[in-house]
Amino acid sequence: MSMILGVPVAVLFGQLLLGLINGGFYALLSLGLAVIFGLLKIINFAHGALYMLGAMATVILFDTLGISYWAALFVAPILVGCVGVAIEYFLLRKIAGQDHIYSLLLTFGVALIIQGVLTNMYGVSGLRYSMPDVFKGGMNLGFMFLPYYRAWVIVIALLVCFGTWFMIEKTKLGAYLRAGTEDSQLMQGFGINVPLLVSLTFGFGVMLAAFAGALAAPIYSVTPVMGSHILIVVFAVVVIGGMGSISGAIITGILMGVVEGLTKTFYPPASSAVIFLVMVVVLLVRPSGLFGKEA
Amino acid sequence: MSPAVPNQVGKKDYEQLRVSGLHAFYGESHILHGIDLVVNRGELVTLLGRNGAGRSTTLKAIMNMVGRRTGSIMINGEETMSCAPRHIAHLGVGFCPEHRGIFAALNVEENLTLPPVVRSGGMSLEEIYTMFPNLYQRRASPGTKLSGGEQQMLALARILRTGANMLLLDEITEGLAPVIVEKLGEVLMNLKSKGLTIILVEQNFHFTAPLADRHYVVEHGQIAEEVSASELDSKRSLLNGYLGV
Repeated sequence: MSMILGVPVAVLFGQLLLGLINGGFYALLSLGLAVIFGLLKIINFAHGALYMLGAMATVILFDTLGISYWAALFVAPILVGCVGVAIEYFLLRKIAGQDHIYSLLLTFGVALIIQGVLTNMYGVSGLRYSMPDVFKGGMNLGFMFLPYYRAWVIVIALLVCFGTWFMIEKTKLGAYLRAGTEDSQLMQGFGINVPLLVSLTFGFGVMLAAFAGALAAPIYSVTPVMGSHILIVVFAVVVIGGMGSISGAIITGILMGVVEGLTKTFYPPASSAVIFLVMVVVLLVRPSGLFGKEA
Repeated sequence: MSPAVPNQVGKKDYEQLRVSGLHAFYGESHILHGIDLVVNRGELVTLLGRNGAGRSTTLKAIMNMVGRRTGSIMINGEETMSCAPRHIAHLGVGFCPEHRGIFAALNVEENLTLPPVVRSGGMSLEEIYTMFPNLYQRRASPGTKLSGGEQQMLALARILRTGANMLLLDEITEGLAPVIVEKLGEVLMNLKSKGLTIILVEQNFHFTAPLADRHYVVEHGQIAEEVSASELDSKRSLLNGYLGV
């Protein structure tokens, strides 16, 4: 078998693929965080819990109502998005204009409540979700084996990220969002319903997290604490990319997944620390992040 | 033809804005101390005064963009003190803030089309590009990459598209070259001839004198003097005293 730097090619590509998949999840999650931070200036600590809700909803919808994977890809984000809108409307709106720390603590509290309630109901051992039949198996690419589901995750995550980027950067609705990020008071002065825009934006960011959760259900272990593990990494990704940068969140997400995968191949002990190492270096060299605007 | 013109016929004295006993506060600071003013449909009125006298705050208070307000603001005969800012715009009010408020993340055309249309009878994009050819040439550039003069044109142009029939313009000539100021003067004359009501906060008295129907002098958060265009010569020394020019 051919080797690269002492590592079998199949292993290298296998890890690269895993890295790309993780990167897809990082990108979806950090994109949602960036969208929310951009307009609301809220650091959403409930993001991981809402990602978990998306995954749990996918499993529970199947178990109780028999809702298929394909339908759940739409239904779960919409349901969880509604939860997000409710959080914004009933809680976050009450503390609008206060210091960042209030919304951070509030969302952290919400995350703990959601996580606690679900742990009480379902335990932490994890729910079973079987992969849809279409995705069973994979194809041999010659240099590696590519499971169908993993290919699907990469493709759909990239499509959703690109679609979101396009919506924000190239459409009228996106123009409202970008303008609201700069001066929402003036937007109100033009007659734009900014409170509605804020609710919808928060709901949309949450939907991205729930969509990632639904995608994760067949391959990751679905437990009430799955969100808290990934959230810390995703925050590091957002810091590396630069708070509030849309394309930065996407590119950094995927890049960090790949960096993690490569580290796993060449020096496994560092793989869980490498993203934080990158974060430290970026913060020292470019405090506003790779794609953030210089302050 | 703009439909604003027929509306105006026979309605010259129609009160579009009446502000009475308006107080405004930023936190603990009391900025406006009982502003009283009236602006009729189709009039061009200026608010003159020194920096810090409360002229910009008056415009912002009309838009409900200051902290706390008391008093009364009637727009088209309707009390607006309890209206959210976004509802003020829908009464036909177009606001051009100090420092222009051009969005850096939006290109020129996105900036131009951002404010929603609030009334019929606004200018079309083609009409606006005819009035401001520079904006057409630079329509794909980021808004804040324009020169100061072009940004001012953009800030003005974007509220013309919405159909607003009362424009609140804050310091639109500030820091601009004389040739640009002259162009802005022509634009204002043009808008006035179309029957738009314009309230202009201005430092540059020489710019406003030939344009305005009336002037209000604002001092210490109150209206200190009202001067109509015909009284301008007889009251010039009084005005000079207030404005320190």
